[in-house]
Amino acid sequence: MRLWREASLVAGKDLRIEARSRIALGQILPFGIIVVILFAFALDPDSGLLTRVAPGLFWVTVLLAALLAVGRAFAVEEKSNARDGLRLTGLDGSAVFLGKMAAIAAELLFLEILLGTAVVILYGVEVNGLLVLLAAAPAATLGIASTGTLYGVLAAGLRSRETLLPLLLLPVLAPVLLGATRAFEGGLEGAPSDAWPWVGLLWIFATFYTAFGVLAFGTLWEND
Amino acid sequence: MGRVIGVGAVIGVVALCLFGLWGAPPDDRQGEAMRLLYLHVPSAWLAYFAFLVTAIASALFLWPRTRSIVWDRVAGASAELGVIFTGLTLVVGSLWGRPIWGVWWAWDARLVTTAVLFFLYLGYLALRRVPGEPVASGKRNAIAALIAFVDVPIVHFSVEWWRTLHQKATVFNPELSARIEGVQALTLWIAVLAFTLVYVYLLDRRYRLAVIDDALAGQALARAIRTRTGGNPGETT
Amino acid sequence: MPLVEFHSVVCLLGTFPALAGVDLQVEPLDVLLLEGPNGAGKTTLLRLMAGLIPPHSGEARVFGVDLFKDRRSARHRLALVGHETYCYDDLTVMENLQFTFKASALTGTGISEVLERTGLGALAAVRHAHLSAGQRRRLALANALVRDPELLLLDEPHAGLDEEGRACLHEIISSAPSEGRTVVLASHELELSRQLASREVRVQSGTIVDCARENL
Repeated sequence: MRLWREASLVAGKDLRIEARSRIALGQILPFGIIVVILFAFALDPDSGLLTRVAPGLFWVTVLLAALLAVGRAFAVEEKSNARDGLRLTGLDGSAVFLGKMAAIAAELLFLEILLGTAVVILYGVEVNGLLVLLAAAPAATLGIASTGTLYGVLAAGLRSRETLLPLLLLPVLAPVLLGATRAFEGGLEGAPSDAWPWVGLLWIFATFYTAFGVLAFGTLWEND
Repeated sequence: MGRVIGVGAVIGVVALCLFGLWGAPPDDRQGEAMRLLYLHVPSAWLAYFAFLVTAIASALFLWPRTRSIVWDRVAGASAELGVIFTGLTLVVGSLWGRPIWGVWWAWDARLVTTAVLFFLYLGYLALRRVPGEPVASGKRNAIAALIAFVDVPIVHFSVEWWRTLHQKATVFNPELSARIEGVQALTLWIAVLAFTLVYVYLLDRRYRLAVIDDALAGQALARAIRTRTGGNPGETT
Repeated sequence: MPLVEFHSVVCLLGTFPALAGVDLQVEPLDVLLLEGPNGAGKTTLLRLMAGLIPPHSGEARVFGVDLFKDRRSARHRLALVGHETYCYDDLTVMENLQFTFKASALTGTGISEVLERTGLGALAAVRHAHLSAGQRRRLALANALVRDPELLLLDEPHAGLDEEGRACLHEIISSAPSEGRTVVLASHELELSRQLASREVRVQSGTIVDCARENL
């Protein structure tokens, strides 16, 4: 019970800061949309190619946005040394992990909805299986948020954090990109039934790394 | 001990050269290119083995009862070798693929997994280079190593699944696989043995280098403490 | 039992021995002044007491808890005012204090009392980003006080404070013993601080060079 109370406190704090600073809405979202548009420049929009590769492009864009969101989530703690203040309150590391992860996941889900709408409109994609999408997106998002939070705290405070975070995070997320893309292929233009095994994989990934984070985050957070 | 292994490794590599280049006959399907497998197979095996060693050493470091700087050094040394062997696997595999498959690179499940593995551990090594308090950075490194290691089967599984589900015109023709028997099998075993000895030898050398590094850091610290406490009164740093 | 017990403590910042063998004891209800030049290790000493950084060697106990084994359990009994506020730019003064209060698992009316005591009442709805440097110093103080700590660690609390701020800082320090609070204070404002301190030690080059001076 205490864990949930503390985690929701941290998540609430992070989301309130994001709502105030509007970084996600004002900077990360436009960045994602321009990436989506640039993909259309790179791949001829008249060839039908865009529609076919839309799921992959969408999730690559989400991954890039996630790098920014994770960096931001820990930059907030570095300003005015807030991380030390948070540690001094005696909050449990697991609660901080769950809170920050939930806040990142919420932001990403929000971005995904808007970005997804942009992709559907700009690429002319049809949605065949909304249910699959609704099952796959949260799983992929939790997978990204859990590993992102883990690596975010690993890289936080290091001089080379901006460059280290993508190098650490992107290879680990290879299965998530793969799974989310296949699941979305099934849910958009393909057959939704093909997608369910991938949805299962995404949930396993998310569960696994969330558990890993709950156990390991405290050590990284305290730096001991 | 290290010297014995070193000599063994040299003998093994010489034997591998002799057998691999002259002793073993060329494959009747793959021809001379098959000889690349004598490098490709053992380096792939050692890449995975090295990362397994890194994972075990990292777990031993995280477990309070077995925590020792020894495990952190072993984990780092083994990961460095693992990255080298992974790189070698990819390069040799690519050289082999050109004459056999007709392409430098194919989206084969094992190849893709190995490539992801290469970058996973490249990131780990980059993280290791960031200095810190020995125990704190040891734990940080160990956790990063475990995050990467548990990802390996997930990557492998997902990639394999992806390739089998979406396999179109495949470059893999079972007619082309080499039949390994007789001297060829013997050569492959020699290759695995030689590479394993090279790995153990290099691990030992790399470990000793880490010990020397740590000793130097310890001396530098002792000197820094002396300088600091013996400094002139009022002197600021 | 002393609240803080350090014997030959070495503490590293990277590879630099910021503390190179510190012996120090802080008794309950002490108001201990740490003085010494910049770079002597005062900040590191305070951060070590708060459990924010790990000791490298020696013996270090705070509230009887060994810092080598556990740097978290003593935290709910202490507070640190550092060079920065530990607050979030996009939250208001009130929200920042409330977050600290709730995260420390406290309940009651502590926040409004502290706001009044630090003269921040009128600024409660102002975001941290919009505060002046002096107001931020007061917020840092409030953020520590709101946790009602038994051990209050103050790192250069005078810096950047105006007359009014100093008056409230002095009120807080001088009433600390009667409120059951022990204070460790690092300051360059020696004349002001000596009026308040019960003991004074000199920190120099990562060690304590003089424990002799007793004011009371």
